[in-house]
Amino acid sequence: MTSVLFDVPGPRARLRHRLYAVVGIAALLALIGFVVYRFAESGQFDGAKWSWLEYEYVQLELLDALGNTLRAFAAGAVLALVFGAVFAAGQLSDHRFVRVPSMAVVELFRAVPLVVLIFVFHYGIALGAPFYSVVLGLTLYNGSVLAEVFRAGVLSLPRGQREAAYALGMRKTQVMTLVLLPQAVRAMLPAIISQLVVLLKDSALGFLITYEELLYQARFLGGSFEFGRPLVPITIVVAAIYIAMCLLLTWLANTLEKRNRRNKKVIDTPAKPAEDAVMAAV
Amino acid sequence: MDVLLDNLDLYGPGFLNTVELFLISAVGSLVLGTILAMLRVSPVPVLRAAGAAYVTIVRNTPLTLVFFFFAFAFPLLEIVNAATFGGSASAYYFSAALAALILYTAAFVCEVVRSGINTVPVGQAEASRALGLTFGQMLGSVVLPQATRAVVPPMMSTMIALLKNTTIAAGFSVFQAGSISLNLSERGEDQLVGLLWVALFFVVLVIPMTLLQRSLEKRWSIAR
Repeated sequence: MTSVLFDVPGPRARLRHRLYAVVGIAALLALIGFVVYRFAESGQFDGAKWSWLEYEYVQLELLDALGNTLRAFAAGAVLALVFGAVFAAGQLSDHRFVRVPSMAVVELFRAVPLVVLIFVFHYGIALGAPFYSVVLGLTLYNGSVLAEVFRAGVLSLPRGQREAAYALGMRKTQVMTLVLLPQAVRAMLPAIISQLVVLLKDSALGFLITYEELLYQARFLGGSFEFGRPLVPITIVVAAIYIAMCLLLTWLANTLEKRNRRNKKVIDTPAKPAEDAVMAAV
Repeated sequence: MDVLLDNLDLYGPGFLNTVELFLISAVGSLVLGTILAMLRVSPVPVLRAAGAAYVTIVRNTPLTLVFFFFAFAFPLLEIVNAATFGGSASAYYFSAALAALILYTAAFVCEVVRSGINTVPVGQAEASRALGLTFGQMLGSVVLPQATRAVVPPMMSTMIALLKNTTIAAGFSVFQAGSISLNLSERGEDQLVGLLWVALFFVVLVIPMTLLQRSLEKRWSIAR
């Protein structure tokens, strides 16, 4: 490996590294051993705590809850992409009276915590079904972040692209929709998908306003005395489901990024603005 | 305005708790994140793999789920019990929120620190070694100063996200800014107005941080 911090190790350094490796493995094994011991000691490995997995109605309920999570995700993702595109265009507008309000909206929704946003819709305005509050919150927050991603993508394109389009006699809208946006979206696709991972994770906030998604179902099943309150097993299963879904999306983003790098048609934009936008969206 | 002034006894402690939650978990996650980053750039493959596994797993888990684990499932493992916190449930939930925030944010801090170290070209370290600098001198006067400049803006983004994430604790029995409105409704106050005050509080805190971050980014960016 090449690292700034280390030279290629010589014989003494290699010996030292081997020692670190042994200590590291011992520490890891001790940690895992402690976890397993605690699990066994508190009865988390008992068959009774896992029996719920065998019941068809429990499986169907979990599947139903997963469906609700995915519905909120899908609706939020589509709306956030639309919101992002509209407000990115607004921020890039030549007209001050469009640009300034767009920027204000984007900054505002990026600054307010998503939980507070969802509470405003659910408790403050009382939209009724929690689904609407969750989707609206996800849309406004992630849409604002996506607007910044789109904007960074358009701004990072070489000026010649815009100038050539104007020279061909295109109108402003045509320059944006036919020349700039397609290139920006393609270059920013990995960043956009990473933001969708954030959106998927944030859909779990629906739990706080009793939207019947995966985590809510986990709480319900985990509290059932019928199965001996299997909260720990259910948390593990639900975490595995979430991690699998997010990794799938991340894998998609990485694949697209690799394809972008190979494809000469995609203009190599500096990744920094997008990275910042994504990091901001933890 | 009335909602705010009439309920200062809710808003004051609420915002104070938010700031406390933020400061403690910021320090905690910076420490843990730096340790993880050290693991991830260490020359020992096992440690690198352990760091990478932690970051991959935690980054793909919803923060709400991490809170969920510490609030509901963790006590069942009987590692800690109520007596550890003097029998006080609220003290337990506060610590649970801290644990969730620190463990979650550390994964992001780790990635920021690691990418910061990676922005320093290998030639810089090689040149300093060729000049005869020791490892400590190389780190202290060549690599870290350059890495810090690259790290500060994204680290501020992470900390802003952490500040906003503290509100999730509202759903897990920790009294702070996010839970003010829930208590307001018990007093028969207008929840919408109450929540808008909370939102304003975060806007006032976050937007200056964003502006500071942008100006730092402009001032500190290094042409490479």
